Amino acid sequence: MIHSLFLINSSSDIFLEKHWKSVISRSVCDYFFEVQEKAGEAENVPPVIHAGHHYLINIYREKIFFVSVIQSEVPPLFVIEFLHHVAETFQDYFGECSESAIKDNVVIVYELLEEMLDNGFPLATESNILKELIKPPNILRSVVNSITGSCNVGETLPTGQLSTIPWRRAGVKYTNNEAYFDVVEEIDAILDKTGSVVFAEIQGVIDACVNLTGMPDLTLSFMNPRLLDDVSFHPCVRFKRWESERVLSFIPPDGNFRLLSYHVSAQNLVAIPIYVKQNISFFETGSSGRLDITVGPKQTMGKTVEAVFVTINMPKVVLSANLTATQGNYTYNPVTKTLVWDIGKLSQQKLPNLKGSLTLQCGAPKPEESPSLNIDLKIQQLAISGLKVNRLDMYGEKYKPFKGVKYVSKAGKFQCMAITIWLYIFTNKENSHLKC
Amino acid sequence: MLDSNKDSLKLEAMKRIVAMIARGKNASDLFPAVVKNVACKNIEVKKLVYVYLVRYAEEQQDLALLSISTFQRGLKDPNQLIRASALRVLSSIRVTIIVPIMMLAIKEAASDMSPYVRKTAAHAIPKLYSLDPEQKDQLIEVIEKLLADKTTLVAGSVVMAFEEVCPERIDLIHKNYRKLCNLLIDVEEWGQVVIINMLTRYARTQFLNPNVNESLLEESGEKAFYGSDDEEGKEEKAEAAALAKRKPYVMDPDHRLLLRNTKPLLQSRNAAVVMAVAQLYFHLAPKAEVGVIAKALVRLMRSHSEVQYVVLQNVATMTIKRRGMFEPYLKSFYIRSTDPTQIKILKLEVLTNLANETNISTILREFQTYIKSMDKDFVAATIQAIGRCATNIGEVRDTCLNGLVQLLSNRDELVVAESVVVIKKLLQMQPEQHSDIIKHMAKLTDNIQVPMARASILWLIGEYCEHVPKIAPDVLRKMAKTFTNEEDIVKLQIINLAAKLYLTNSKQTKLLTQYVLNLAKYDQNYDIRDRARFIRQLIVPTDKSGALSKYAKKLFLALKPAPVLESPFKDRDHFQLGSLSHLLNAKAGGYQELPDWPETAPDPSVRNVEVKDSVPEWTKCSSREKRKEKKVEKPFYSDSEEESGPTESADSESDSASGSGSGSESEESGSGSESEESREESESEQEDKEDEEDKRKKKKKTDRGKVKAPAVETTSGKIEESSGAEEKNRAQKVKGRRSGSESESEEEEESESESSRSESESESESESDTDAKKKKKAPVTKPPPKQAKKESKKEKKEMSLLDLDDFEPTPSPQVTPVNNFLSSSLVTDLEGLSLTDTVMAPTTIAPSGSVKTYELLHRITGEGLGVEYCFSRQPFSPDAHMVAVQIMFTNNTNAETKNLHVEDPKLQSGMRIKEFPEIELLPPGEMVTVVMGIDFCDSTQAANFQLCTHIRKFFVSIQPPVGELMMPVFMTENEFKKEQGEKKKLNPSYSIV
Repeated sequence: MIHSLFLINSSSDIFLEKHWKSVISRSVCDYFFEVQEKAGEAENVPPVIHAGHHYLINIYREKIFFVSVIQSEVPPLFVIEFLHHVAETFQDYFGECSESAIKDNVVIVYELLEEMLDNGFPLATESNILKELIKPPNILRSVVNSITGSCNVGETLPTGQLSTIPWRRAGVKYTNNEAYFDVVEEIDAILDKTGSVVFAEIQGVIDACVNLTGMPDLTLSFMNPRLLDDVSFHPCVRFKRWESERVLSFIPPDGNFRLLSYHVSAQNLVAIPIYVKQNISFFETGSSGRLDITVGPKQTMGKTVEAVFVTINMPKVVLSANLTATQGNYTYNPVTKTLVWDIGKLSQQKLPNLKGSLTLQCGAPKPEESPSLNIDLKIQQLAISGLKVNRLDMYGEKYKPFKGVKYVSKAGKFQCMAITIWLYIFTNKENSHLKC
Repeated sequence: MLDSNKDSLKLEAMKRIVAMIARGKNASDLFPAVVKNVACKNIEVKKLVYVYLVRYAEEQQDLALLSISTFQRGLKDPNQLIRASALRVLSSIRVTIIVPIMMLAIKEAASDMSPYVRKTAAHAIPKLYSLDPEQKDQLIEVIEKLLADKTTLVAGSVVMAFEEVCPERIDLIHKNYRKLCNLLIDVEEWGQVVIINMLTRYARTQFLNPNVNESLLEESGEKAFYGSDDEEGKEEKAEAAALAKRKPYVMDPDHRLLLRNTKPLLQSRNAAVVMAVAQLYFHLAPKAEVGVIAKALVRLMRSHSEVQYVVLQNVATMTIKRRGMFEPYLKSFYIRSTDPTQIKILKLEVLTNLANETNISTILREFQTYIKSMDKDFVAATIQAIGRCATNIGEVRDTCLNGLVQLLSNRDELVVAESVVVIKKLLQMQPEQHSDIIKHMAKLTDNIQVPMARASILWLIGEYCEHVPKIAPDVLRKMAKTFTNEEDIVKLQIINLAAKLYLTNSKQTKLLTQYVLNLAKYDQNYDIRDRARFIRQLIVPTDKSGALSKYAKKLFLALKPAPVLESPFKDRDHFQLGSLSHLLNAKAGGYQELPDWPETAPDPSVRNVEVKDSVPEWTKCSSREKRKEKKVEKPFYSDSEEESGPTESADSESDSASGSGSGSESEESGSGSESEESREESESEQEDKEDEEDKRKKKKKTDRGKVKAPAVETTSGKIEESSGAEEKNRAQKVKGRRSGSESESEEEEESESESSRSESESESESESDTDAKKKKKAPVTKPPPKQAKKESKKEKKEMSLLDLDDFEPTPSPQVTPVNNFLSSSLVTDLEGLSLTDTVMAPTTIAPSGSVKTYELLHRITGEGLGVEYCFSRQPFSPDAHMVAVQIMFTNNTNAETKNLHVEDPKLQSGMRIKEFPEIELLPPGEMVTVVMGIDFCDSTQAANFQLCTHIRKFFVSIQPPVGELMMPVFMTENEFKKEQGEKKKLNPSYSIV
C-alpha cells in the first residue's frame, strides 16, 4: 500500500526518507515540487498527485509535508489518516512535530516508522503499543543510556498487540490513580454583516488522561446525553451500550487519548456568547478608510468572556492604521497586513470599542472586499452546549481512584458574511470531582 | 565501531548508519560489517540491523544470505513475538533466491498457535507475491487457510493479502462472509477499511440491487433535471422492462447483516473507516437508508483539510445521484474565507449540485457574497456555478442572468471575463429575449482585454447578428482596426464574425470582410491563415466556387445546440467511491471494478457454514467445501465438462462428481467441482501422501479378493464417450475421494504440472524413509483416535453429498452406497483394521475409468480383438502395492472369442502381476472390461505378457506413464492436513538443493 514516505520541509528539502518496499528514488518528489510551485500556498497543494507510475498522497502538518508514494489503488483517506497518525505520534513522542525534533530523533523516528507499517500496511499504530516497543525519549533516560549503554527499545515485547484490547498495555501500575476528563467545546458560526447568526453549531471533544492501575473498566454517564447529536468514539468505547443506554462504557488506554468527539446540532439553538458590530469602509477619494468595531458580551450565563482577541486581515493597500481603543491595545503589522486588537476581559458595563482611520496606498483602487475578522476568546467554567458529566464509575479494580472530571471546552469557528470571525471559547470548570 | 565488543559502541555506529539511510545517503558499503551483527544480543542493535538489512538486502543479495540462518532460527523460537519478527524481516528481504524459504516460513506461520504470528504471515503474503508472482497458487492456499481464522487480529491483514494477491477469487469469501461481518467491529481500524471495501465488492456480486423498484422513479426525476442523458435513458428502459417482471424485492439476510454491522462504524474516529462505510452504504443500501451516512460525512468535513478534500470529492459525486441526502446539511457546505481554494471550489461544486427550486435563493445569496472574495480563482468558479444553477433551474435563469450582467460592470476584469463567458452560454438557450444584453456586451469590447471574453462576445454578436443588425457591423469595424494586435483566439472569432456578417448583411460589410480576410491571410499563425483561406473560398462568390458556397449560410448560421453545463463529477460514480481512482477520475493500478448488480441472486447457501460443534476436526472440512467453490472462477473446466448423467445411475460412487455438467452457473452446488478442487490443491503433495499412506494401509489390510467386473462393465461404456476434460475431472475426483490410484499429470496443462511432476518423482525416492517412520507410528496411534477421525470423515462425506442434493435428481440412492463404503471401512477398520473384499469391492472399483486410455492391442493386429487399457486410479483391492489397470476388450470380429487370459508374463525383477480372471466368452461386437493389478515397483519399466485367446496369443506390454503409479490411501482429514503440511515443507527444499 504505502511504498515510501518522504518528509519535506518548507524550503523543499527532503530531510527524511523511508521505504517499506523497494527503494523509490527521491526524484519522484519532483512531481510534488512542480505541483507545489503551481499551487503557491502550501495549503493549496492537492492531497493527491498523479506522478507517472506513482501517486503521491501528501499532508501538510506543522510546516512539514508528509509525502507518501503509492503504487496501486488504495483508499486515499486511508493514507491521509495514517499520515496524520504518524504526525500525531511524533507529536506525542517529541512534544512537537517539527523538523528539528525529527532530525534530532531520527533513529527513534525510523524505529517508529518501522513498527507502524509493515510492507506498507499499518501494523502497530496504537500509541500504547508503540510506547512499549520504543520508549519515548526524555532527558533522564538519555543520560542514563549514555552511561550504561542500555537502549530505548523496550526489552519486553508488547503484549497489547496480542490481546483483544490492543489499545491498552498490560501491567500498568500507578501509585496515584487518577482519571481526568476534559470537555472541550467549540462553536462554529457564521454571522452576517449585521451580526445576526446565519449558522451555528457546536463541536466538542472529550479528551481523557487516565492513569489507572490494572485493567479498569469505566462507565461515564451524562446528565443530558441527548444533546450529543453525532458522536465518534475511540475504539475502546462499547458502541452497543451507547446505543441502548447512552452511557460511555470502556476500558481506557493508558495515558492521554481522545475518548469521543461530538457534535451538537444546529437544531438546538446555540447561544452565541458575544456580538460584534463592525463597520469598515474605504472612501472613494482620498485614499483613506474608517474602522469602527464594538464587541459586547451576550448570553454568557453569568460567566466572563476572557482573552478576547480580534484579528483583522487588511487588504493589501492598507498602509497604516491610526486607531483608538477604549479597552486593551492594538497593533498593526504593515508587512502581514494584520491588525490585532487584544481586548482582554469583556465587561458588561463598558463595551470595548476600536475606532479610527486607515491610510491607504496612494492612487490604488479602493478594496472591494471588507476585510475578514477573527476573534479569539475564552469563557471559563461554561460548556456552551450545556453538556454535563453525571458520574464516572469504575469496575474491575479494587482501589479508589481520584476521578477528576475537568471540563475544558475549546476552539470554534465563526463566519460573518464578508467578515469571518473565529470564536474560540474556552470554558473551564475546574476539577468538579464526582464521587461514585 | 561495528567490530567492537561493546554493545554501546555498536549501537552508536548503527544509529549513525540509520541516520545516513534516513537522509537518503548510500550506506551499502558497510553491508558486510553490519550483517555480522545480525545475531547481536542487544535488541536495539538488532532492530537497527534489521532496518539496515531490509533496506539494502536487495542490492547485496549474496551477502544478505548470510543472515538468513539467524532468521530461520528465530522462526523456531518459543516466543511468539520473536517468531513474528523473524518472519517479518525474513519476508521483507527482497532476495529472490530465498523464495522457497519464505514460502515455507509463511506456511508454517500460517498454522502457528499465536494469532500474532499468523497475522505476520498474512502480512508476508503480499511481500512474497510481489517478489515472485509464480507462487500465487500456493499463496492462495495460505490465504484461504488464514481467511478461515477466527481472530480479529488476523482478519484485517489476511483480507489485505487477499486484495493484493487474488482479489478476483471472491469465492474464497463465501464461507467467511458472515464471520467477517460479525468480527468487523472488533477489527483494528485499518483492517476495517480493507474489509469493508472488499465486502462492498463481494456484496455487489452476491446480492440483488435493493433499489431496483425505485430506480425507475428516481431516474425519471433525474432525467428531467439533467436534460438528455441517453445512458440513463437506456437504463431506464431496461429497468422498466425488468420492473414488469420483478417481484417485490426482499433483501437477503446476509445483505442486511452487512449493512447492520457496518453502521456503527460510521461513528469511528478514523475518517477512512467512515468513508469506507459511507461508500458501502452508497453502493449497497436501499435508497431510504443511505441517508444515515450524510451526517457522518458532514462530520468528516471538520477534520484536516486533506480529509475534507477527499470527502468533498466523494460528496460531490454522491450529490449528483442522491441530492436529497445532503440537503439538510446545506449550511455545512457554506464556504469560509479561511478555506483553502481547492476546498472552496469543491464546496461550491457541492452547493451547486444541491441547488433546487426551494433553496436556490439562499444559495444564490451565498454566492453573491463569494463573488466579493479576494480569491480570484474562487470567484471565477463561483460565476460558473451561478451559470450552472441558472441552466439547471429555469425559474432563476433571469435572476442569474441579471446578476451576471451586473457583474459586467465589475471593476475586476477577471470577473467580467468569466461572466461574459457564462452569459454567452446562458444566452445561447434563449437568445431572442436578450438582445439588449448582447448590445451591452458589444459595448464591452472596447474595454475588456481578456481574450476568452472578447472571443465570446464576438461569437455572440456573430451568432445573433440578426438581433443586433446595427451594432454588429460597427463591432466588426472596430475589430478590423485592432485585428493585428489581437490574440489568436480572438482573431479566429473576428474572422467568423466577418463571415457571418457577410452572409447576412453583405452590403455593409463586404469590404470589411475582405479586409479582415486579407489581414488574416498574412497572419503568422497557420490556423488563422487556413481559416481565412477556407472562408474566402466558401463565402466570396468566384467563378470557380463550388457547390458548397450555396450552403455557406446554412453552414455558418445553423442553429447551434445550447451547451449543457454539467458537473465535472457527473460520471464519476462508476468508480467505487472513496477509491483513489475515483479521486483522480482515472483508473489507478490495481483498481478492482465495482461489479454491477447481478440480475438474479447467486445462491445464498454458499455462505452457510456448517455447525462445527461436536467434532473439532471438522473445521478443516470446510476447506474442502471451499475448494469446491473455486470452480466458479474456472469456466474452462466447467465448460468442458459434459453431462455424464447415465453413469450415475449405474455407478454408485460417481454421484459426487460426475453430475458435473452445468456446474458453472450453480456455483454453490457445482458438483463437478470436487475434481477441480483437488486439482487446485497442489496435487503432487496429495498424491505423495496417498502413495505413502497406501503402503501403510497395505500392511494392515489383508488381501482383498477379486474385482467386480459387472459394475465396471456398465460404467466403462459410457466413460469412453465422455470428453478428455471430463476424464480428467473424474480422475481427480477419484483422488479427491482419497481412493484413487496415482496418476501423472501428463494431461494437465496447468502451470503446476511442472513442479508436481518433479515432486512426485522425487517423492518416490523419499518415500521409503518416510514410509518407514509411518509404519512405526501407525499401529501405536491408531486405535483410540481412529474412531473419531473416521467419524468425522464420514460426516464430511455426507455433507458434501448433501450439498449436491439440490443438484442431483435422485440423491438418496447414491448417498447410501457411499455411506456403506465409508461406514464399512469404518467398521472394518475398527475390527482390527482388516477388510474383506466383499464389502470393499463393489464400491471401490466401480467408479473407475474416465481416464486416458491407451491401446494395448489394435484391432487389426489383434485380428479383430481390440484391447485398450487405462489406469483407473482406483485402489486395487487385492494388493495395495499394485496399480489397477482396467482393460477393455472389444470383439470386432463376427466370431466369438473365448478364454481370454494372461499368460507368461515377462517382468522385471520385483514386478508382479495380478491377472484378471479369465474371460470365458466374448460375443461378437460386445465389450468387456476387467481389472488387473500390476506392481510396477515404482519403476517405469513395461510389464510384458501374453494375452491369450482360444486361438492365438498376442505379445503385449503395458508401460506405466509416470504419475499413474498410485496407491490408495485411507486417511482422515487430519492426517491428510498434517501430511500436506509436511510435504509442503519438504518440497521447497528440493528446489534449493
